[in-house]
Amino acid sequence: MIGIVNYGAGNIFSLTAALARLNVEYGMVNTEADLEKYSHIIIPGVGHAGTAMEKLKHTGLVAAIKALTKPVLGICVGMQLITEHSEEGDAELLSIVPVKTKKFDKSLNIKIPHMGWNAVNPQNNPLFEGVEDNTQFYFVHSYFIEYNPTFDIASAGYGLKFSAAVQKDNFYGVQFHPEKSGKAGEQILKNFSNLSL
Amino acid sequence: MLSKRIIPCLDVKDGRTVKGVNFVDLRDAGDPVELAAQYAQQGADELVFLDITATHERRKTMIEMVKSVARQLNIPFTIGGGITELADAEALLNAGADKISINSAAVRNPKLIEELARAFGVQFVVLAVDTKYVDGKNRVHLNGGRLITELETENWIKQAEDLGAGEILLTSMDHDGTKAGFDCGLLGKINQMINIPIIASGGAGSMEHFTEVFQKANVDAALAASVFHYGEILIPDLKQELKRNHIPVRI
Repeated sequence: MIGIVNYGAGNIFSLTAALARLNVEYGMVNTEADLEKYSHIIIPGVGHAGTAMEKLKHTGLVAAIKALTKPVLGICVGMQLITEHSEEGDAELLSIVPVKTKKFDKSLNIKIPHMGWNAVNPQNNPLFEGVEDNTQFYFVHSYFIEYNPTFDIASAGYGLKFSAAVQKDNFYGVQFHPEKSGKAGEQILKNFSNLSL
Repeated sequence: MLSKRIIPCLDVKDGRTVKGVNFVDLRDAGDPVELAAQYAQQGADELVFLDITATHERRKTMIEMVKSVARQLNIPFTIGGGITELADAEALLNAGADKISINSAAVRNPKLIEELARAFGVQFVVLAVDTKYVDGKNRVHLNGGRLITELETENWIKQAEDLGAGEILLTSMDHDGTKAGFDCGLLGKINQMINIPIIASGGAGSMEHFTEVFQKANVDAALAASVFHYGEILIPDLKQELKRNHIPVRI
């Protein structure tokens, strides 16, 4: 059963709807004790990374999340939170994955936000089981996670190569929105719910 | 590479979709949920719902519809129509809408764009603009093109970008309903001026028109209503046609 960290950063209706469609059970994580109730944890997030980090700190869950050994999936800003630092609000983040979140540079002749469907090139990783190379996912973001081959499990290109998904130990993150990415996105959620460590 | 998006637009009244929709296998053409699911199945990249309800019950009805759509739909969707304040937008966000589009309310109160962007992020705020060429100028119109404003379209869009609009939905009233093609000239001009995505609307009549607007104006997305609803253009065929013309799409 999946626990969704409920820290007030963005709307989670679409995420819970997607899990319900997949018949994956879920509940909300509001306290440290709640983290124990679930086998898998999702950290959602939309909006400003600095603000989201402040909200997460207010829940008092930061230390407990960093100590988790069960599978954790950060989505969009939730993925950015598991990195070290974001240029958005010059924010220190959870530092679980030693990579940085940077702003897209419009001098690369790209529009910001990066909004829409873009092709993803996954590595051989259980999170992307059954997902073909160049499958498209739905992205909406103005900040990206720098590509680092040690932690990258799927890359994408927008002006430059960036990480569409990362992993370090039991912590996973995806920049795209699996709950909005059609069948491919549902596959990712399904794969995550089946991960065992 | 980022794909060009194809967006069917659905008019909604009292929680029901209006305008003739004649997909053969639809049980209920007025059911927004069934229709949305059908479009997602066909490969639509995104949907826009435009609420044209004029009654006091509109807000409650709309929220219920948005929730039903969000429960079923696995692609993003935008809600437009009747959003005049932060509370309207927040209720739609919490019901599962990915974006909201504002039009008249932003013209009357440009600060609304700024407030919405600050509260929910620029990615949530689509500015819809209806434009018409009058006396040598592109002028912003309200009320579906019936009311002319003082604003010049180019200036208004630039201002909206600065205020925090995350995307522009530009409808050419001169082309809308003509089925003679999108207004590639104006769309291309506006596209050059801004650094946020732009959705072309108004004038789609054939698959070639979509190819043309992506090639000539390099817009990020193209929106249409009747050609999709009446089955004149099927999205899978359109995507194949665009692909043949080397336009990046999601198949």
